Amino acid sequence: MSDIKNILFSGVGGQGILLASELTAASLLFAGFDVKKSEVHGMAQRGGSVTAQLRYGTKVYSPLIDPGCADIQMAFEEMEAVRYLPYLHRGSIVIVNTQHILPPSVATGQATYPENVLDELVKRDIQVIGVDAFAIARDAGEVRTANVALVGALSVHLPVDEAVFENIIESRVPERFREENMKAFAAGREAGNQ
Amino acid sequence: MTAKLNEDTFWMSGNEAIALGAYEAGVAVASGYPGTPSTEIMENLATYDGVYTEWAPNEKVGLEVAIGASFAGVRALATMKHVGLNVAADPLFTASYTGGRGGLVIVTADDPDMHSSQNEQDNRNYALAAKIPMLEPSDPAEAKAFLKTAFELSEMFDTPVLLRITTRIAHVKGVVERGERVSPATAPEIEKHPEKFVMLPAMARRRRIFVEERMKRCAELAETTGLNVVESGETKRGFITSGVSYLYVKEAFPEAAVLKLGMCWPLPEKKIRDFAASVDLLYVVEELDPFLETRLKAWGIECHGKDVIPSIGELNTAVVRNSIDPERNKKDLFAPVELPMRPPNMCAGCPHRGIFFNLSRMKLFVSGDIGCYTLGFLPPLNAMDSTVCMGASIPMAHGMVKALGEGAHSKVVSVIGDSTFVHSGITGLINSVYNKSAATLIILDNRITAMTGQQPNPASGSDIHGAVAQSLDLEALCRACGVKHVRVVNPHEVPECRKVIREEVERDEMSVIISVAPCVLLPELKLRKPVSYFTNIDNCVGCTSCIRLGCPAISWTPFAEGEAEARGYKKSQKGYSRIDEVLCNDCGQCASLCKFNAITRGEGKS
Repeated sequence: MSDIKNILFSGVGGQGILLASELTAASLLFAGFDVKKSEVHGMAQRGGSVTAQLRYGTKVYSPLIDPGCADIQMAFEEMEAVRYLPYLHRGSIVIVNTQHILPPSVATGQATYPENVLDELVKRDIQVIGVDAFAIARDAGEVRTANVALVGALSVHLPVDEAVFENIIESRVPERFREENMKAFAAGREAGNQ
Repeated sequence: MTAKLNEDTFWMSGNEAIALGAYEAGVAVASGYPGTPSTEIMENLATYDGVYTEWAPNEKVGLEVAIGASFAGVRALATMKHVGLNVAADPLFTASYTGGRGGLVIVTADDPDMHSSQNEQDNRNYALAAKIPMLEPSDPAEAKAFLKTAFELSEMFDTPVLLRITTRIAHVKGVVERGERVSPATAPEIEKHPEKFVMLPAMARRRRIFVEERMKRCAELAETTGLNVVESGETKRGFITSGVSYLYVKEAFPEAAVLKLGMCWPLPEKKIRDFAASVDLLYVVEELDPFLETRLKAWGIECHGKDVIPSIGELNTAVVRNSIDPERNKKDLFAPVELPMRPPNMCAGCPHRGIFFNLSRMKLFVSGDIGCYTLGFLPPLNAMDSTVCMGASIPMAHGMVKALGEGAHSKVVSVIGDSTFVHSGITGLINSVYNKSAATLIILDNRITAMTGQQPNPASGSDIHGAVAQSLDLEALCRACGVKHVRVVNPHEVPECRKVIREEVERDEMSVIISVAPCVLLPELKLRKPVSYFTNIDNCVGCTSCIRLGCPAISWTPFAEGEAEARGYKKSQKGYSRIDEVLCNDCGQCASLCKFNAITRGEGKS
């Protein structure tokens, strides 16, 4: 049987999901895995619910994750952690940014944001790791490092040396924010170790 | 974003790989119109030295530019999304007769599942109809390799070649090896070949025979080319497949024998017959139409295809497996949990919002078009009543008004973006004027082709490289088309716009309103530091005027029982609105609507 692992990224268009998935993919590639990633551009990016699908292993054919096969989900928003439930299985790990972004129906008072929405995952034996990425980023000195903090939390669950991730992030982020990004990554790793 | 793994190995998307392939193939001229999922090919190709690239106003023009370049002796590329090939179909069908001098390749990027499209047509049918060879890669590495092969075939057989990709090739990233840039055999110079360049009936009749013979020779090549390969395996179940479907077959049935067709037109009949004879049960796995299956059945080859595999939407490994062998790796899936939907929305500060807010209040039939502004359809604006294809808004409004008769011009309005207007709206406007329409047209001029990621167009004032270019004067153009009443408005001044729209809609003559304000995602606008608006909560009466704009920066905070009175508001007030200062993009539409002085621009506020 194949050794392919699947990571589903989910969130709201504009949250920096593509960058986070790029950093993760690059790290896995440098660690020696075959990696494929699928994303959708265009209509999907205008503040709607978005995903990126990443698969790695010795040899990856399909760029798409099958329902029930996401081993890890990296969710950038709580409700978006639950929306793709059919992709998860018992024992999946969900790393979730504990943030609420209100969809139009909630913002205009037509619907309400579901309470304790992450319980839907816990009661299905899915391991939930909450990360307050905004707080980590703020403490690191730059709020825009939130997605690097999330990559940090994800990185502890991947078979890649910390140093590989650090090198990739150092080479990909703007030099003037390097220190803040490295701080956010380190704090994210701690938060991911739950 | 391309990652470099070592000197010659990269991790890149299918579109980036096609751009690299075009560079390596020695392409000299490339033209295209942005369209998801094809856009990044031209964007990336524009970053290579030694290749002339441009954004054309539409796909027909783009292909014609490429045909001209091919006639002049260089390798030429045209790129477009699937529906773009409908626009370019006219030159395509006759370029099949002319062939070229330098290689001519057209990339069609299909969008099964309609992630960002109005239909999911299967453009393999164009190869059949136009009698043109088509190659179909399965991943980014093949996309690059096949594009180079396509140029070789084009020159070898004197034919345009279609390269068909889909969303899951274009926007999938994989490992790609760099190769050498080749020097094409032909050099740019003027040569006259009227027998193949001038398609008058007498010459076209001769070329018609050539086309038929050419496709026979291509079919012979299909039997031997390395593009079509048999992968041996268990013969209990054998698969014929192409494109991304091949990857799903390999994962769902890794043990099985597979005939992978990298060249999906013309087909290798003998190779297919031999493969079919070698397996007990034959499955044809393809996305969308039964394109391959229909040929097989016409040849009398027994196979399963669309009797089990869906013809609607994308496939994936699970769909392929469950369609053919539902017992294999059976999984109990979690059912989805009901959650509030999160549809895409116009950005905070989007200039389109002000126009659609007004239209939503005016009870008009809004004949819409293709672009970001199609999102004006969604709640809470609900202000678009038809969308068919690029440029259709104007003639459709005209047709409706002619059908409805007298007075109908005040009930129908058409709405189109600047890029779409230049793409295929202008002829519709000329028709409306010529045939005495009185339906008002609103051009939403945000200075850019926004939906596909801010590509410049002829009205933007810049070219594909960001260099200054002549900016098309839309107002003068409308007047030149014969429109006597052209008015320019600022969409952020919402009540003022409403007045203008009402006046023009009532007018018994053709009129155009040009709504001018730049897209907030333009790089120069992203660089500015927007001043946020904020709600003076003391003044807010909870009228929801601003909420009904549907701006992502404005949200409603409901009062709990008794909270309104406790906080000194009228008992009947149900809540108040709040503006997120981080999301606010400084457009002021909400402030222009607020009658209670409850929204102010935060100048001087830290």
